[in-house]
Amino acid sequence: MPDKMSTRKINSFQKQKNKQEMQKMVVSFALMIFFTLVAFALVALEIPSTYVIPLLLILAVVQVGFQFFYFMHLKDKGHEVPAQIIYGGIFVTVLVALTFTVITWW
Amino acid sequence: MSHDHSIDPNNMPKDPAKATMEGKHKFLGLWIFLGGETVLFACLFGTYLALKDSAAGGPTTQELYGLGLVFLMTMLLLTSSLTSVYAIYHMKNNDFKKMQLWMGITALLGIAFLACEIYEFAHYIHDYGFTFRSSAFGSAFYALVGFHGGHVVFGLSWIIVLMIRNAKRGLDLYNAPKYNTFALYWHFIDVVWVFIFTVVYLMGMVS
Repeated sequence: MPDKMSTRKINSFQKQKNKQEMQKMVVSFALMIFFTLVAFALVALEIPSTYVIPLLLILAVVQVGFQFFYFMHLKDKGHEVPAQIIYGGIFVTVLVALTFTVITWW
Repeated sequence: MSHDHSIDPNNMPKDPAKATMEGKHKFLGLWIFLGGETVLFACLFGTYLALKDSAAGGPTTQELYGLGLVFLMTMLLLTSSLTSVYAIYHMKNNDFKKMQLWMGITALLGIAFLACEIYEFAHYIHDYGFTFRSSAFGSAFYALVGFHGGHVVFGLSWIIVLMIRNAKRGLDLYNAPKYNTFALYWHFIDVVWVFIFTVVYLMGMVS
């Protein structure tokens, strides 16, 4: 019997942990919505494009960071290999985007 | 079944999606797939960036795009990402009914997003005569945004089949990884959309 009691305790501890994690998720969601609102506001207010484009890109990168590290758990233990795979993918993305833009620059 | 995949509620694994070897393999396999998807979308984004100004006398990005609809679509997809997080939260607490409910909400938001996209494309075709064949810009635009929409269609069919298939079975260690991989895929669709609304729509409206 005491054995069963201890597993139940672990369970309630796990439940508590899951709840704390979920709260972090809701906070990161609120931040993502905030970044989205800022990005749309920048365009709606028609601020000169020289400042807006880099700012929009930064907002997108930060938001995607939240999506990857929190929603997709890349920050957690045991996600080292997936993180490497995605870093590789991002490297290729930057390379391809740069190549295609530079090639049609003139 | 040769293996017992049922969950003992008194001895719940920390992450039911990765409690079995099969679950661990599915998890890694999906990430490798997502790495490939990143490269695929990288090429589509690169093509779009190169060709976005080649409108061939047709409507330009500034004339075409509207802020309102894109904002609505963004909110729908972002929220659906959070609802799938809720579903996985209930999976970790072994609450199958709530998991199904939140996955169902995720699917409904995805369907709403898709309806907006279909409306958007129909609007471009009928009111602007802007099609895949209009210009290099048209081809690049529909290839990129359409491919993302195709991913949404695939994700929706995936989750709907999963939900129906497991409705009576309940949660076990055999289907938990399936729900989890779907959630990861769905987040990835959201990641791609963040860059689409930024690079295609917002940047297309300022320059």
